Amino acid sequence: MSNAIEHPTYNYKVVKYFAIMTVVWGIVGMAVGVLIASQLYWPELNFDTPYLTFSRLRPLHTNAVIFAFGGCALFASSYYVVQRTCQARLISDSLAMFTFWGWQAVIVAAAITLPLGLTSSKEYAELEWPIDIAITIVWICYAIVFFGTIAKRSQKHIYVANWFFGAFILTIAILHIFNSMAIPVTAFKSYSVYAGTVDAMVQWWYGHNAVGFFLTAGFLGIMYYFVPKQAERPVYSYRLSIVHFWSLISIYVWAGAHHLHYSALPDWAQSAGMVMSLILLAPSWGGMINGMMTLSGAWHKLRTDPILRFLVVSLSFYGMSTFEGPMMSIKTVNALSHNTDWTVGHVHSGALGWVAMVSIGAIYNLLPVTLGKKQGDMYSTNLINIHFWLATIGTVLYIVAMWVNGITQGMMWRAVNEDGTLAYSFVESLEASYNGYLVRAIGGAVFLSGMLVMAYNVFMTVRSAKAEEQAAALAKA
Amino acid sequence: MSELTTFWHLWVCAIVIGSMIACGILLSLTKRGQKHDQETDQTTGHAFDGIEELDNPLPKWWLGMFWATIVFGFVYIGIYGIGDWTGFSDWSSRGQWQKEVDATEEKVAPYFAKLTAMPIEELALSNTQHAELRQQIDGMEEGDAKKALKANFDLRKSAMSTGGRLFASNCSVCHGSTASGSLGFPNLTDQDWLYGGKPEQIRETLLNGRNGAMPANGLKPDMTDQDRADLATYVISLTPNRTDKGNGDAEKGSALYAQACAACHGADAKGNIAVGAPNLTDNIWLYGGSQKQIEFTIKHGRAGVMPPWKEFLGEDKIHVLSAYVYSLSKNKEAE
Repeated sequence: MSNAIEHPTYNYKVVKYFAIMTVVWGIVGMAVGVLIASQLYWPELNFDTPYLTFSRLRPLHTNAVIFAFGGCALFASSYYVVQRTCQARLISDSLAMFTFWGWQAVIVAAAITLPLGLTSSKEYAELEWPIDIAITIVWICYAIVFFGTIAKRSQKHIYVANWFFGAFILTIAILHIFNSMAIPVTAFKSYSVYAGTVDAMVQWWYGHNAVGFFLTAGFLGIMYYFVPKQAERPVYSYRLSIVHFWSLISIYVWAGAHHLHYSALPDWAQSAGMVMSLILLAPSWGGMINGMMTLSGAWHKLRTDPILRFLVVSLSFYGMSTFEGPMMSIKTVNALSHNTDWTVGHVHSGALGWVAMVSIGAIYNLLPVTLGKKQGDMYSTNLINIHFWLATIGTVLYIVAMWVNGITQGMMWRAVNEDGTLAYSFVESLEASYNGYLVRAIGGAVFLSGMLVMAYNVFMTVRSAKAEEQAAALAKA
Repeated sequence: MSELTTFWHLWVCAIVIGSMIACGILLSLTKRGQKHDQETDQTTGHAFDGIEELDNPLPKWWLGMFWATIVFGFVYIGIYGIGDWTGFSDWSSRGQWQKEVDATEEKVAPYFAKLTAMPIEELALSNTQHAELRQQIDGMEEGDAKKALKANFDLRKSAMSTGGRLFASNCSVCHGSTASGSLGFPNLTDQDWLYGGKPEQIRETLLNGRNGAMPANGLKPDMTDQDRADLATYVISLTPNRTDKGNGDAEKGSALYAQACAACHGADAKGNIAVGAPNLTDNIWLYGGSQKQIEFTIKHGRAGVMPPWKEFLGEDKIHVLSAYVYSLSKNKEAE
């Protein structure tokens, strides 16, 4: 890649902080995930204390991996990308640093309150109202830093990655504020302003777009910068990026009703949710095509570059889960898949295969740059390769176990005897799921071990960068 | 859906239909504006941090797929409706469910008619009866009598299987897969019945449910902690052969019992099935029998609820389920 472009000095410090915390929170969040996955196989791992029960740790796991791990990856990469593609330093170093410490404070608050059982009980938005307000403040500052930097860019055009980051920041602000509207009772207890079916609809309007904007639009922003950068190829089609951007952000918002198929939600609203989910297939695949085709002419690099491998495999999982999603939103398919482990598998093919892998690839690319090295110049390429295989094997084990479990459960729940009674009780379907739970826990542990390899690699890279810096300083003196 | 006003109905309809139309327009305009029909190495001329963008056309298969989903969307909404308009079909999720339920009910009606024709007591087939009957049938000579007994046996066997499935799907959540209960949920395999264990009593419990109500502090609202300790000690002393003694004064507790508890649990503490007051002399404890647990029960009262199943299961299934539950205690009796 041409390094000839003159650029002002960027704020890499906040990028570096967020990048390192991405790894830290990734390990914490996934470790909690492995623990609760193991609890489903070995219930003794509750340790007979309420603080470690599945019910309290599950929201901690989801919040930690989505908002702590995923969130830090998005902060790091968006701050990095917006500066480099706008050729402009972040508008305020102190405000950017405030978003770092603010976000870490929110994560720590979540890690304390959720095991204590303090929850608003809204999925992916369990945090109580004081923390919700803190999130809003940090998020507004994030928006100011991001859009402020775009406003003072020295490039005429705004790069496509920034459209996605921008849409993600704006929409998450709206979703978070409207979904979290509540009437406080005490400092740690509030009640949602919505009731009944409307509450459920608002919850899944938010919940599905936590996936759509946080975990898809934001990470497409990452993809649009790091795939062409790592492959050193131009983006496949500018036109495709325009069409799939606008259609993705307009359609995604209205697909959430598919989470409420066969519920008290009016039939027509369910139909509308299903239609929007199906139409979403093409806009979602637009991103995959654009990423994959960017590699044409650079496929041979996959043999030697494990970072590129992370990025490409993440796109494959993205394509797979954005195909699976619309299929699962079809009512007749959903009648089988709803409430089964299939849903959990679907989420993780997106979360592990797409979100985590693309983030990992991006962090491996950008972290050395923030340390004054070349892109992707980590301490050990071999360790990246090992990490790649651990992540891929872990994800595949996880998804396959959940597919098998999910379809088994769906079939068992709907099986009816000659006399009209249900053929299986719930507990019997649970017994049938044990093997899958074990394989899932193993898959998760394998993925987690990859993160530990990454942590070591990151640590050694930072240490060697420091040593080089000192040597350079000594040489000068 | 009273919560959604007309405004919100129209709002959602406009957004759904509007987004679909807007996507179509976006596709048409982009297609029209394309400079190249085939793959190209021409870029748009922009470069960002060294990243260039090719001016490739939209992939044709992708474009086709996009159009197909939009057309499908309009057709689907046409069939199933949107907002207050119910579309060109009369489908509803409730209607589909009702149809499936009705079809099954119709199919199994003759079977349940046969089962309900037999009284609960006869329908119930305990493990012992099962073994005995089988032996008896095997020992009989071929003929009408054997055939009749065999038919009776088969019907009861199948009733127990149906009852077992009904129990597993509806009752095991509280009473456990083996019906042995847990804290607050009675064991159904023993001989102790809060509301009576005769077939008709079990059926009544299933049909209309039961509401257990033990008031806090019984009939003595001004009970002190010491009173409760004494009372619990007395209650413990009622169990024959129990080795632990409790840490209060059983004699004082006895007086308190007469005052606060005897009205429901009886002077002899044997309980009263009319109000579901448990027998306190049998060492079977619905909410735990330790000194602490008994004190807790006295202090806060208890309100156990067995929901009514008449609406949900219907009388026919409850008839079969009653027979199954009745057979469970027979199994234990035989042990």
